[in-house]
Amino acid sequence: MMETGHAIREAVAAKRRSAEAVTRSALEAIERMEPSLKAYITLLPERALAKAREIDARIARGDRVGSLAGIPTAVKDIFCLEGELTTCGSKLLANFKPPFSSTVVQRLEAADAVIVGKTNMDEFAMGSSCENSAFFPTHNPWDLEGVPGGSSGGSASTVGSRAVPIGVGTDTGGSIREPASFCNIVGVKPTYGRVSRYGMIAFASSLDQAGPMTADVRDAADVLEAIAGFDPMDSTSVDVPVPHYADQLRDDLSGVRIGLVREFEESIATDPAMARLYKEAYADLAALGATIVDVSLPHAKYGLATYYLIAPAECSSNLARYDGTRYGVRLDGGGDVYSMFDKTRAAGFGPEVKRRIILGTYALCSGYYDAYYVRAQKVRTLMKQDFDQAFAACDVIACPAVSCPPFELGAKSQDPVAMYLMDYFTIPMSLAGLPALSVPAGYVDDLPVGLQICAPAFEEGRMLGVAHAYERRTQHAAKREPVVS
Amino acid sequence: MEAVIGLEVHVELSTASKMFCGCRNEFGAEPNTHVCPVCLGMPGTLPVINRRAVEYLCKSGFALECAVAPFSKFDRKNYFYPDMPKNYQISQYDMPLTTGGRVELASGKTVRLNRIHLEEDTGKNIHAGGHMTASDATLIDYNRAGVPLMEIVSEPDLSTPAEAEEYLSSLKAVLSFIGVSDVKMHEGSLRCDANVSIRPAGTTGLGTKTEIKNMNSFKSVVAALEHEIERQRRCAAAGERIVQETRGWDEERGVTYSMRSKEQAHDYRYFPDPDLPPLSLDPKLLERWRAELPELPARRKQRFIDAYGLPPYDAGVLTDSRFDADYFEAVAAASDDPKQASNWLMGDVRKSLEAHGLALNTTPMKPAQLGELIRMVKSGAITGKAAKEVCDAMVSAGGDPAAIVAQRGLGQVSDASVIAGIVDKVIAAQPDSVASYKAGKAKALDFLVGQIMKESRGRANVDVVKALLKERLG
Repeated sequence: MMETGHAIREAVAAKRRSAEAVTRSALEAIERMEPSLKAYITLLPERALAKAREIDARIARGDRVGSLAGIPTAVKDIFCLEGELTTCGSKLLANFKPPFSSTVVQRLEAADAVIVGKTNMDEFAMGSSCENSAFFPTHNPWDLEGVPGGSSGGSASTVGSRAVPIGVGTDTGGSIREPASFCNIVGVKPTYGRVSRYGMIAFASSLDQAGPMTADVRDAADVLEAIAGFDPMDSTSVDVPVPHYADQLRDDLSGVRIGLVREFEESIATDPAMARLYKEAYADLAALGATIVDVSLPHAKYGLATYYLIAPAECSSNLARYDGTRYGVRLDGGGDVYSMFDKTRAAGFGPEVKRRIILGTYALCSGYYDAYYVRAQKVRTLMKQDFDQAFAACDVIACPAVSCPPFELGAKSQDPVAMYLMDYFTIPMSLAGLPALSVPAGYVDDLPVGLQICAPAFEEGRMLGVAHAYERRTQHAAKREPVVS
Repeated sequence: MEAVIGLEVHVELSTASKMFCGCRNEFGAEPNTHVCPVCLGMPGTLPVINRRAVEYLCKSGFALECAVAPFSKFDRKNYFYPDMPKNYQISQYDMPLTTGGRVELASGKTVRLNRIHLEEDTGKNIHAGGHMTASDATLIDYNRAGVPLMEIVSEPDLSTPAEAEEYLSSLKAVLSFIGVSDVKMHEGSLRCDANVSIRPAGTTGLGTKTEIKNMNSFKSVVAALEHEIERQRRCAAAGERIVQETRGWDEERGVTYSMRSKEQAHDYRYFPDPDLPPLSLDPKLLERWRAELPELPARRKQRFIDAYGLPPYDAGVLTDSRFDADYFEAVAAASDDPKQASNWLMGDVRKSLEAHGLALNTTPMKPAQLGELIRMVKSGAITGKAAKEVCDAMVSAGGDPAAIVAQRGLGQVSDASVIAGIVDKVIAAQPDSVASYKAGKAKALDFLVGQIMKESRGRANVDVVKALLKERLG
């Protein structure tokens, strides 16, 4: 049965349940399901129980506890956690224990979340199915033959299985929203700069954002509030006040103008089952009092091409540091230092990571730089302008999160372009730096599908408000149970 | 054939912390003690710009008459090297903090600057047994990784090794004056690469250039340039093609050698660092930084000549560093005699400093103490000779000159009855000199005066001595 984080927090704070008991039951559930799901790279039962006991002691003393007190939390293995294995899904970091914690982890722990483990992911967050993990693939709790999505597949899977109510992931081109859609949970990619990237292992620096992956919208609001805000350690984090998002959750949508993107609707219309589902979703929004308007994102069709220049370019540089010299796995065996680099990187990186490093290195070469990288940045600007124009006519945009329900393991792993297309509806928001989320929207062939809602920069509250009203009316996720328990 | 030389000078800024993290910026510490996750390039870490480094660079720009850009950005320079923790260096590519600028040489020639940009230094490789690609082990010290570094790029306006040396000295003086760097070439806080080509004298085109690296003193810059110019001249004379390449300076053998050719040159794949938003500087802040600049060495030297009447050479030496110039002016004020202040600093003080292995910024002698000593000589409280002894004592151990005089009994004696005793003693001891004086040799008198002064340990008033001598010898 679905149990939300906010319900747990209330019960723990009111001493109806102890944080330790909640943690034990979450750890038991994880252990029970892990053979089928393989959602975690590292489990941290002792650390979790110690934290839970500390919270219980504080509650017993009558001390204040944080906004996420006692809530079992799954953290994507991309976030550095001091003294604990942080692999980023890569063989190259299979032995890496950072001497510091990411800001997101620090803030989660400051809010008294109980971190139960580090979740599986596509290597260096490159992938849409979690199959690019160097260790093992993760399974979808709603269809064990299906992928959980990616790259934050482990967090999506464990939250979707209802073993834990909250998780955190990262989204570069859709890596929170797509797995959230596949695993029937809420996944939020905040505005670029809303959440600190410090200690979050970089894939594409100008796109990466951390965000909540949760059982419901209220949990997403609480987690976002806990992790958002300026960080002096991240020069790209923005000093905009963080509201109490829970206050902005709505029950109806009267006076809200919701834009449907003409180009996206044309695209989804080619799949009648998916089109039918979204038609129903939009009807629900209208029934809640929203006004539906038509908007256009004329440059959205260049999203994938633009993204696959910028993201690989940045990753080719970000991943250069993994050479075996200072940390991580080193392959030596004679020869000079450059042969050590070569061997380490050749053996340490998986094929998708190599593909993107090569793509990005090429795009940045002198002679190609202007034609590729500079041009892509110009398209990015045009895309931002598209959104500015769209938001002149609407308050939020509603659209598909993914073009299909979760697919079977192995179905697309030999076809990179088919895999890249999974991010068709999510990449434009990433390129424009805008906040967007996926909220459960029902089922196609009994498999979960998410509705994407996107808002102007730093209007996460508005976006969560709309999602909350929709969730409250439809209850798609709560109505059914995953196939594992 | 004439030489065309342009210099790329790297200067480490003497900020308290590194360019993009809070680690201490200090030379000579135990290896890998000033490091943190950021400057080690650990996964997930991010750079944060050191504002003081930006200030130091802008001040350097103002001092060298550059145009300081209110809007600039940082870029990544990508290449693999084990002393570079991220395998890219954060630098500035097409929008440096300053452009233009100039350095004047004594000949009146102007050396134009192309740009000054800000970047981070790399760590240091220590190769066990020779070259990196041929040694068993390489040790890396990352203390230097991330130290703020500015690169000052000149136009190819220099024609001789001597001009290059003068340009470097001038840069060094300006940067040390404004306090942005230690500019110590032997510690690597000032490093220099040279671009060299030759062309037929009187022509304006540019020949194929080579870049010379690994020069670690002003002397080696001069020697390397001389060698390289000569090498290129010989090449040209023999009808050989000069290859565009990077050449290293081998100090021991006194030759440059090929390191890599243009074909092997890196493609650095520069692109804007997405971890750092563009740098926007408030014009008011820039104006404040400009206003905070001290008087620069060239202008101060001229003022020392004009206002104090110092010879140009002395004025030049005294403005070698800001500390020395400040010291001189403090002594001048305390003694109320700039010329004497200069004479003492250029003469006896310098000699004593050298003898004790000290410098003006390390001696315990305070400017006020030297000023007081000069006043004592002028007032007759002490002889010039005794003052030398006091000065030497102050240079080595400091102290108040009056106290040293009292303690050592060096005060001047003008009492004729006291001096008469010494005069008589010397006359009795030097009958030959007395005889020559009487025979008309005036010089003998000076000898006798000297002997009397010596006997009085420099304390006797020389005028009283002379008067008594003349009286006694008729």
